[in-house]
Amino acid sequence: MNFPAELKYSRDHEWVKMLDDTTALVGISDFAQSELGDLVYVNLPVAGDDVVAGETACDVESVKAVSDVMSPVSGRIAEVNEALDDAPELLNSDPYGAWIFKVEDITDFAELLDAEDYEAFTKEEH
Amino acid sequence: MKLIFEQGAEGHCLHLLPACDVPEYQLSAERTAPLHLPHVSENELTRHYTALCRQIHGVNDGFYPLGSCTMKYNPKIDEEMASLPGFTKLHPLQPEETAQGALEALHILGTELGEVFGMDAVTFQPAAGAHGEFTGVLLIKAYHTDRGDTARTKIIVPDSAHGTNPATAAMCGYQVVNIASNDKGGVDLDALRAAVGPDTAGLMLTNPNTVGLFDPNILEITKIVHNAGGLCYYDGANLNAVMGVVRPGDMGFDCIHSNLHKTFATPHGGGGPGAGAVGCKAFLRKYMPGPLVVEQSGKFGFEYPEKSIGRVKLFYGNFTVCVKALTYVCTLGKEGISEAAKNAVLNANYMMACLKEKFDMAYDGPCMHEFVMSLTRLHHETGVSALDIAKGMLDFDLHPPTMYFPLIVHEALMVEPCETESKQLMDEVCGIYCRLYDMAYTDPGALHTAPHTTPVRRLDEVGAARNPVLRYRFEA
Amino acid sequence: MGSYVPTTAAEREQMLSKIGVESMEELYAAVPREMLLQDGLDLPAGLSELEVRERMTALAEKNRVFRTVLRGAGSYRHFIPAVVKSVTSREELVTCYTPYQAEISQGVLQGTFEFQTMICELTGMDVANASHYDGATAAAETIPMCKDRKRTVAYVSAATNPQVIEVMKTYCFASNTELHVVPAKDGRTDAEALKAALGADAACFYLQQPNFFGQIEDAALLGEIAHAAGAKFVMGVNPIACALLPTPRELGADIAVGDGQPLGLDTAFGGPYLGFMATTGALMRKLPGRIVGQTKDVDGKTGYVLTLSAREQHIRREKASSNICSNQALCAFTAGVYLAAMGEAGMKQCARLCISKAHYLAAGLEKIGCRLKYSGEFFHEFVTETACPDCRRRILDALAEKDILGGAEVDGGILWCVTELVSKEKLDETIATVKEVLHA
Repeated sequence: MNFPAELKYSRDHEWVKMLDDTTALVGISDFAQSELGDLVYVNLPVAGDDVVAGETACDVESVKAVSDVMSPVSGRIAEVNEALDDAPELLNSDPYGAWIFKVEDITDFAELLDAEDYEAFTKEEH
Repeated sequence: MKLIFEQGAEGHCLHLLPACDVPEYQLSAERTAPLHLPHVSENELTRHYTALCRQIHGVNDGFYPLGSCTMKYNPKIDEEMASLPGFTKLHPLQPEETAQGALEALHILGTELGEVFGMDAVTFQPAAGAHGEFTGVLLIKAYHTDRGDTARTKIIVPDSAHGTNPATAAMCGYQVVNIASNDKGGVDLDALRAAVGPDTAGLMLTNPNTVGLFDPNILEITKIVHNAGGLCYYDGANLNAVMGVVRPGDMGFDCIHSNLHKTFATPHGGGGPGAGAVGCKAFLRKYMPGPLVVEQSGKFGFEYPEKSIGRVKLFYGNFTVCVKALTYVCTLGKEGISEAAKNAVLNANYMMACLKEKFDMAYDGPCMHEFVMSLTRLHHETGVSALDIAKGMLDFDLHPPTMYFPLIVHEALMVEPCETESKQLMDEVCGIYCRLYDMAYTDPGALHTAPHTTPVRRLDEVGAARNPVLRYRFEA
Repeated sequence: MGSYVPTTAAEREQMLSKIGVESMEELYAAVPREMLLQDGLDLPAGLSELEVRERMTALAEKNRVFRTVLRGAGSYRHFIPAVVKSVTSREELVTCYTPYQAEISQGVLQGTFEFQTMICELTGMDVANASHYDGATAAAETIPMCKDRKRTVAYVSAATNPQVIEVMKTYCFASNTELHVVPAKDGRTDAEALKAALGADAACFYLQQPNFFGQIEDAALLGEIAHAAGAKFVMGVNPIACALLPTPRELGADIAVGDGQPLGLDTAFGGPYLGFMATTGALMRKLPGRIVGQTKDVDGKTGYVLTLSAREQHIRREKASSNICSNQALCAFTAGVYLAAMGEAGMKQCARLCISKAHYLAAGLEKIGCRLKYSGEFFHEFVTETACPDCRRRILDALAEKDILGGAEVDGGILWCVTELVSKEKLDETIATVKEVLHA
């Protein structure tokens, strides 16, 4: 299990990569993808929509389940990773490369953990 | 197996239609897109479908204990009666006076099922169980709307419910309130009391519930909802356990759907056509979908209820499915209906008794018409999952039980043997289940790779969903 | 009386003792005593098979089966090849459940995959589902496929089968969706009215082709108007007509649905029929209901599974866009067998016979003084103007005496339908009979 130190993590298992003070990329953690199993589809959010920290932004599908992706930040969707439309498996093979959406004009954050705390948190969860 | 498009050859065909005996009419604009359909002779066609049918496991092929699906024997007389030309050749819009037998059939079935349900009116328009749920919840919506009670925006659903329940409530514009089950799999009364309020439109409940238990608090449950001003919807998926023994109407429910393709022995056809008869108490009748069949001095006709929610389907529902159900109800009659229910319960309890020596039961017995085993311990100890055991059954020509449902039980296998199976067969099946259980310890590898003897083995569902191939592509 | 229970009294005792209870009643211990039916159901006693057969046959015989049917309006009596019933009455197929256990359900799955392919061929669309309840519910369930947060209003042409509009209204009452009916002019959708009606909140426009009056709509134009307003264009089509008419895809449709009853299913007093739903690749994941996909097994052998299941109620629960579970699988399989039996040539011949015979009847009726109510091109249904209800009654009664079920009464006229089953002689007899009534 991989927990890159340069990222922040939410307790809902999303990672956040700050690009500047008010812009960030969001994806799901290695732990999340391994718990969810083979992902087959990502219902991407729509660029321009507002997201709220701690609320559902979009969802990912495995063969037998759907799981909500909670936004770790409040702001506006600037961009979505359309490559996931054709290759949802990237979430499994490269969870930290496969960002799902980019948020801009960030106004608020959910409680975010650093890599070490998050790793400890996943061990409790398991 | 080759697809029908890969059989035969250009020029092979059946000779079905005569030449045109009137002047041929050409449209001003006709289709230019190619129309690829099979090119087969009659012999090639029937062989193809016969081969397909050989790769299907039906109730006639063996034991089919699919929990919550009630795969009982489908009597042949029901099929024969439903294929009488006096039923099959009727046009739905022919004058009522020329379809009196069809209307009478619906009327008798409505009256008799009303008695089984403990309800005052029945419609056969819904085509399936979920469609019946939709109709029933709309009756609830129409009732509140008609009273100007627009604050009721929520439907309560237990977490053990079939997925159709919350999906139906959402389709009807309601917010779904999921409530937790108690440790016996029933409704947690405190959770229910906390959930109801002036925003409660109603409750959707299956009883016996989806873990196969009759909720002993049922009267209290329906009372709590009624006291809050909500109505109670009965999901009849498990009616086979109690028909003729106790009636949903007497449990305090206001409306109900029943899957005629479960409880009333009409066949499933690979996933339909079913029929989702909906019954309701007298005070909801005026909201029923139109038209309803009524009798007036020996003549049968249609009536549109005064404040009908409107049609939910073309015409009057899956009519010939109703003819099959009527044939069944007439055959069983007063005594046979409760005898079927009691024996369904007897069979389930018998299998549970035979299996509990090895398998863990999710809930202590006695059960109703089905029971749920949890293979969590087995999975933990051997790595063999409920899926592996189910796939192992395929090598014994057995249809597995329902897997991974209800969601509140981990590694669930849900067994519903039905009343039409014999003790001898159940003994044999329990023997095989126990053998598979032992195999999990002695040869888990063989179960991880099962099945081995079926026409195809485990299929790549991930690949199917990631790169969907949903049709055959013809060469340009 | 029989309940198909094989268990003997002695076996029952053995089973009860294994369970560890004294009586069957004990198994119902959880049921509150006061609720148990004391005297059983108030129903007649059960019947032997012989008696049941007598009773059901007597009911069937109270119905009148017309030798010739000139009535459609949503239910069509067509020729059904013998192979269709022979194949689809096989017990495995009739009695099996939804193919959740793919390894022992390849026959149903492959048959459904073939059906999906044939529906795509008929409509020109990319993907089709495994069926819906009927054409009306299929039409209604296209609305949630098209709605989004900004586009929330649905439109339907007034020239649609009124029962389909009714079902759409019921579904819209359920989902709190606004539904507007776009007026018709001279029996066809009023394009100007459509253009004026569609606003920025328009989600979709539903057009029936041929429409309820049998008229062939200028679908390409109406589709362009819908698209120009940013709405999805949904067509409800007759699958027999699809063999000859330009496909929904050629006409710009985003979704094509219809009732598959004409494809080998009896009129059966209204059901069971099947709805078919087909769409573009872009809307694939918005389709409700089951879909079969092709894949490989662990040995690399081609096989079929239910796929894209995460759209559905059993996984998505209250977030699913539809609650559909059971569909009309056997009816869809039947339609597939029918299409395989007919082939391209058979389908085109069937459609050609329908349209040609309908025009023969229309011309014959015109010649004896019936006026066609609408001026546009039609397929196999058309309306003659007969304003007075009493006159319509007399025409239909006179035909009934000849064992002919005449057209359906519609506002101000009679809606006739002719299929390949009706011979020229019968059409001539119909014309002569109507003539007698008109000139009496």
